[in-house]
Amino acid sequence: MSTQVVSAGAARRRERRFALFTLLLGAAVPLLFLRGATGGIATFVLNDARGERFLLPDLVIPVDLTLVLLSAAIVAVGVLQLVRPVGRRAPLAVGAAGGLFVVAVLVWATTGASVSLVALLRGALFASVPIAFGAMAGVLSERAGVINIAIEGQFLAGAFTAAVVASVLGSAWFGLLGGIAAGALIGVMLAGLTIRFQADQIVSGVVLIVLATGVTSFLTSQLLASNTAWNSPVRFIAAPLPLLSDLPLIGSIVFRQTFLVYLMIVMVIVLQFALFRTRWGLRLRSVGEHPAAADTVGIDVLRTRYRAVVLGGMLAGIGGSWFTLEAASQFSKEMTGGRGFIALAAMLVGRYSPVGAMSAALLFGFADSLATTLQRLPVPLPSTLLRATPYVITLLVVAGLVGRLRVPAADGKPYVKQ
Amino acid sequence: MSGPDASPDPALDPAVVSDSGVEPSDGDASRLTQRIVGAITGADVRLTVLALVAALVVGALFLVLSDTRTLDAVTSGAGLGAVLQAAARSVSRAYSALLQGSLGSPGAISETLVAATVLILTGLAVTIPLRAGLFNIGGEGQVIAGGLAGGYVGFAVEGLPLAVHLPLAIVAALLGGAVIGWIPGVLKARTGAHEVISTIMLNNTLNFVAIWLLTTTLFQIPGRADPISRDILDTARLPRPFTGLRVDVGIILALLVAIVVLWLLDRSTIGFELNAVGANPSAATAAGMAVGTATMRAMTFAGVAGGLAGGALILGVQGRITPGFSAGLGFDGITVALLGRGTVGGTVAAGLLLGALKAGGRAMQARSGTSLDLVVVIQALIIVFIAAPGLVRAIFRVRTEPTSTTSISQGWGA
Repeated sequence: MSTQVVSAGAARRRERRFALFTLLLGAAVPLLFLRGATGGIATFVLNDARGERFLLPDLVIPVDLTLVLLSAAIVAVGVLQLVRPVGRRAPLAVGAAGGLFVVAVLVWATTGASVSLVALLRGALFASVPIAFGAMAGVLSERAGVINIAIEGQFLAGAFTAAVVASVLGSAWFGLLGGIAAGALIGVMLAGLTIRFQADQIVSGVVLIVLATGVTSFLTSQLLASNTAWNSPVRFIAAPLPLLSDLPLIGSIVFRQTFLVYLMIVMVIVLQFALFRTRWGLRLRSVGEHPAAADTVGIDVLRTRYRAVVLGGMLAGIGGSWFTLEAASQFSKEMTGGRGFIALAAMLVGRYSPVGAMSAALLFGFADSLATTLQRLPVPLPSTLLRATPYVITLLVVAGLVGRLRVPAADGKPYVKQ
Repeated sequence: MSGPDASPDPALDPAVVSDSGVEPSDGDASRLTQRIVGAITGADVRLTVLALVAALVVGALFLVLSDTRTLDAVTSGAGLGAVLQAAARSVSRAYSALLQGSLGSPGAISETLVAATVLILTGLAVTIPLRAGLFNIGGEGQVIAGGLAGGYVGFAVEGLPLAVHLPLAIVAALLGGAVIGWIPGVLKARTGAHEVISTIMLNNTLNFVAIWLLTTTLFQIPGRADPISRDILDTARLPRPFTGLRVDVGIILALLVAIVVLWLLDRSTIGFELNAVGANPSAATAAGMAVGTATMRAMTFAGVAGGLAGGALILGVQGRITPGFSAGLGFDGITVALLGRGTVGGTVAAGLLLGALKAGGRAMQARSGTSLDLVVVIQALIIVFIAAPGLVRAIFRVRTEPTSTTSISQGWGA
């Protein structure tokens, strides 16, 4: 009983801290951004300029007034938190306030300039592809009870193999298959180390990252540096979907993308259904929650885990292929830049569900795209620092959410048949 | 460091030992040697050696498969003998360059020690939290912070004598690392954010912070456009005892730190708590220990070791801060700590071994044209085999006492 009282008090205190933070955020908007602006306007372009059927007018807004309104809205959220406790939805309120704050930053940065909202959001969706695939890989393997930290390694292996195969065979489709195979290979190694040899799961994952980094870098300098023909992949090009791409705004953002973006959306839906609505999904989850019980009802625990980890590896391999088949024009050493870990964070933030993981991936993708957009604007912020934004956001989000996560009960524990 | 300014004369080492917290009795010194020897020749030694052999063999396979001369022999349709000959030649050329470059001359040994200095310190940055059940992947960020802080004091503070300036710069490096180590510690303790993710995010963040700082007037050489810091003043450089060799007193600093860490982990109350929390957090809580405090301490100490590694690098061989000076050092530390099986003596031994591998790898790249990245491959293979002793046993069909599975870290929930 006493612990309950303590935790209730702690929750109240936490909520007050959240409310205070929100109020500070609201106060920061006029303090930071209002001083310089004198009646400026910001222009947001809502068209793609790639021959849409319906053209929308540009959104032109007065900066000062918008900032004041945004500030007031943030303060209102904070006051609401103070007066009427929102309980468990407190992080949501802070998130909403944070979102408004980001809008304020964008409006302030666009003073006297013009930003294409379409490009910003399309970029966000595009940048979320590897993160969503990596996070789905994590969801699959961790729901089955194996921690997969090696996503970064699967990205590198996938990106490298996809680049080489797509260059040599001259087809992005074969490149994608190569990337999937490479991701699966790292998955097999992870499964072997953690399931067959029961090595520490986090250590195994880190080891495989180092291995993938070493091997891809080694082969890049030994082979690709002298044979540029092996490192000039045929890439997927933007493929607007008929009819859907004509929708105003949404069509330009969602339906004028590349193949892997569509594949991501389909995979998220398929996986969400498979995990929570099919017998296969139930078995997979039972192995991650209570392997001994799953074993007694006749489920082969180790085989289920093997399959989950390897399937996850294939998904991460698709995410890796994105780097060389869509994002960049060739493979370069360590080009994945820690996105495998961001994927891991997206998996945690998305609470081990494909749809949640994809929402988190969109958030990180937006941070990425926003940083790129801000870099082009005449903002008195150093562009190198802006590139750290996705990482800082990941850090904050993980710190804010992870403590209150329900992890699959047998996650990280090897299963030994008694 | 409470010890005297690391003395260049190795003969003074025992005095150094007694000054830094270990009781000045012969018994302890010999127990210390025993420990180090024990870590090198302990029960696991057969598996460790076999892991090394297996890693070198698989590394040779990679070398052969990517060797243009061997591939030429294959494609030109020469016989199997010619292919094997070409393969053997390229492997022996690379590996003999590796050996000569690490131990073959005083210069080579000096390079090995230079590499080992940083490796021992980054290894300790992983070993300390490992004892408390934490996995520190943030070595790189901690090295960057240490390098930036130590380096800044090293070139910006002028007019001090060596005896004041150098220790001041080292302390700055230590504090810089400590702050970056403390952050994931406090996040884990307060919010439960897993240290693996938060340390990686700090690595990436600090990388950009470093590049940015190097382009500001605070750090940059006036009138230059490239992101390189001003040179560290001579009064803050680690002295080099042997003329013509790059090895500096940093290696003694690293060994001193190792001794302090050994005392901390095995003799002090704080260390006892770290080990207890690492072994069984619930039992430690029941015994009245604060798990959160232990977590914060372990990560802060790790940051100190990582920061010192950055300081030793910048104030030592580098002499200035360049972007990417820390690349890969965090992961090197993980290799060292796992190879050393979480003991301080083992970490020192593994640091020296991997130092030889690194120094030799550079010589290999220069002499035989084999990319230095092969060393990273070999390094990863070593840990693969160390982390999964069953794998080594299966390959070599040796029967050893089945060691308990290497379970060091904990899942997300912990």
